[in-house]
Amino acid sequence: MRIRLEPRAEPSQLMRWASPVLAVSATLAVGVVLFSLLGKNPLQAFYVFFVKPVDSLYGVAELLLKASPLMLCAVGLAAAYRANVWNIGAEGQLTLGALCGGGLALALQDAGGSWLLPSMILAGALGGMAWAAIPAWLKTRFNANEILVSLMLVYVAKLALSYLVHGPWRDPEGFNFPQSKTFADAALLPNLLAETRLNTGFVIALAVIAVGWLFMRRSVIGFQMRVAGLAPAAANYAGISAKRTVWLGMLISGATAGVAGVNEAAGPIGQLLPSMSPGYGFAAIIVAFVGRLHPLGVLLASLLMSLLYLGGEAAQISLSLPSAVTGLFEGTLLFFLLASDVFIDFRLRVLRRPVRSAADVQPVAAGGTG
Amino acid sequence: MEHIAALVALTLAAGTPLVFAALGELVTEKSGVLNLGVEGMMLVGAVVSFIVAASTGAPWLGALAGIAAGAALSLVFGVLTLSLMANQVATGLALSIFGIGLSAFVGLEYVSVVIDGIKPLGISGWSDLPFFGKLLFAHSPFVYLSLVLFGLVEWFLFHTRAGLVLRAVGESPASAHAIGYPVIAIRYLAVLFGGACAGLGGAYLAVAYTPLWTEGMTAGRGWIALALVVFATWKPRRVLAGAYLFGAVTLAQFQAQAIGVAVPSQLLSMLPYVATILVLTIISRDAAMIRLNAPASLGQPFHPDA
Repeated sequence: MRIRLEPRAEPSQLMRWASPVLAVSATLAVGVVLFSLLGKNPLQAFYVFFVKPVDSLYGVAELLLKASPLMLCAVGLAAAYRANVWNIGAEGQLTLGALCGGGLALALQDAGGSWLLPSMILAGALGGMAWAAIPAWLKTRFNANEILVSLMLVYVAKLALSYLVHGPWRDPEGFNFPQSKTFADAALLPNLLAETRLNTGFVIALAVIAVGWLFMRRSVIGFQMRVAGLAPAAANYAGISAKRTVWLGMLISGATAGVAGVNEAAGPIGQLLPSMSPGYGFAAIIVAFVGRLHPLGVLLASLLMSLLYLGGEAAQISLSLPSAVTGLFEGTLLFFLLASDVFIDFRLRVLRRPVRSAADVQPVAAGGTG
Repeated sequence: MEHIAALVALTLAAGTPLVFAALGELVTEKSGVLNLGVEGMMLVGAVVSFIVAASTGAPWLGALAGIAAGAALSLVFGVLTLSLMANQVATGLALSIFGIGLSAFVGLEYVSVVIDGIKPLGISGWSDLPFFGKLLFAHSPFVYLSLVLFGLVEWFLFHTRAGLVLRAVGESPASAHAIGYPVIAIRYLAVLFGGACAGLGGAYLAVAYTPLWTEGMTAGRGWIALALVVFATWKPRRVLAGAYLFGAVTLAQFQAQAIGVAVPSQLLSMLPYVATILVLTIISRDAAMIRLNAPASLGQPFHPDA
């Protein structure tokens, strides 16, 4: 008996959405094994990881707070990936967004008015776009691989921010810590829910998800980008410019990542630090895939990924597990997703060998049965 | 003169992890498979080699374990992309993310551990020769190993029948399959070789170059190695040249600090990444040349029945 993969006549719509569920289940199963191996009670570990973080209003607010940057980055990436534009530097674009928006906040500390926050968000979006424009330009003008360029720029962006908060932007009264002044109230996102840290950044993220849905589903440009991703030759024939697609994919994902950066600076952090994100830009890549490159899927996947972050922190405190376990789960989840995605286009076929009569069987073993 | 010899030695030492990782990736890509997980495989190779070296006190055993770990991780990539035909770009990214997470997780307790790493050679008499001693006979054993590996890869790819078959699989898997070569098996071997080399590159960093373990200690070298393969237009000789060029750039930041150039350290640390972007751009500009040199089936899945 052999098992082999056979191409399906049509991609399976059922598998397209069942696949993330399968992948999450398989990741949970790996979690049980991992926790047991580490000598923790899996049930207790599960409770700590996935239930306890959200058993209070504060916990739910934290979940939404941490989901916001993931939603923003991932919805932009989803639009880019659908067009086959591989921006993997959202982490750097997020950093640039925080740097530009935060820089504006620091420059205009005292002149703050109601116009300050919108200007900061605009500056952040532009910063993210500018950073994403570099790989877009190098790709369209010089054919340079956008994956490698956008990734290299993550390191450059982080070093640039690190330089600023260690040097020119360091708070002179900050006891020499590498951090900027804390933002004035006018530069902070208003709180949404008393006694929690949830702020209007979440509303912005939701709005961007909605706009993303409209853009991808209802706009001509969104349609053209999807065609360019699915069938580049057909897109070319239909007069859809491949270069414009690269530019659009990069700028859109850069803008949303930049806004995510400002939201972090003007939200939970409230100042500029050497690092503005615990890897949201990279986690968003996974979120985009788990969410099927669909804005609503991205929303759900962001909540899941946010829970992984919270669970990792809780596991560190109550189980003395390293919080790096979150990164481990992220990678595992993406692996399982990619594996089960195979069954969208292929199905398993069990091939039985034709039954042979006893007479066919060689009396002398002639070196294996083939 | 002694100063020049020392600079050459430092450049070779800094370029060697890139030589290992980029040569491995070059062989993988020559078979038509693009594995973007080099950074993850290097990190896992580094952490595993360090843990084994720290627990057994035998850094060479650690290096072997690092090779095995890199290969094991690349096997996951192989199963997903070759047997299950998953998207190579997405799977490679997953491999890097997974490797970063895994290495941080298992390496946590080893962050401040000190080990007795593998020292540069000290051949009595030879290594003490003026100028040439330092230039030729006083490098880390890994440096010599990387040069041997370079010779082997060059010889294998362009002077053996098996190398010809591997390149054929990368150029046209369908034709290779039609002639009767086991395309998938050959690609598995190429992927495993790439993983082993990346693991070795990470191991060199952890048990010889630094020698210590810190989270994310490869600092993007896996990605630079990927860029190097493009920069080298898939030719091992240029990989070697490119790796040492980057070794020199990495070195420049420490040298500048040492002689007291008044540039902030963060800006100097940007040099390798900016240089990678520049070099990649200059090479890629000639699209026709890239198309001519890149393995024709690079990144495309192959299904014998599809």
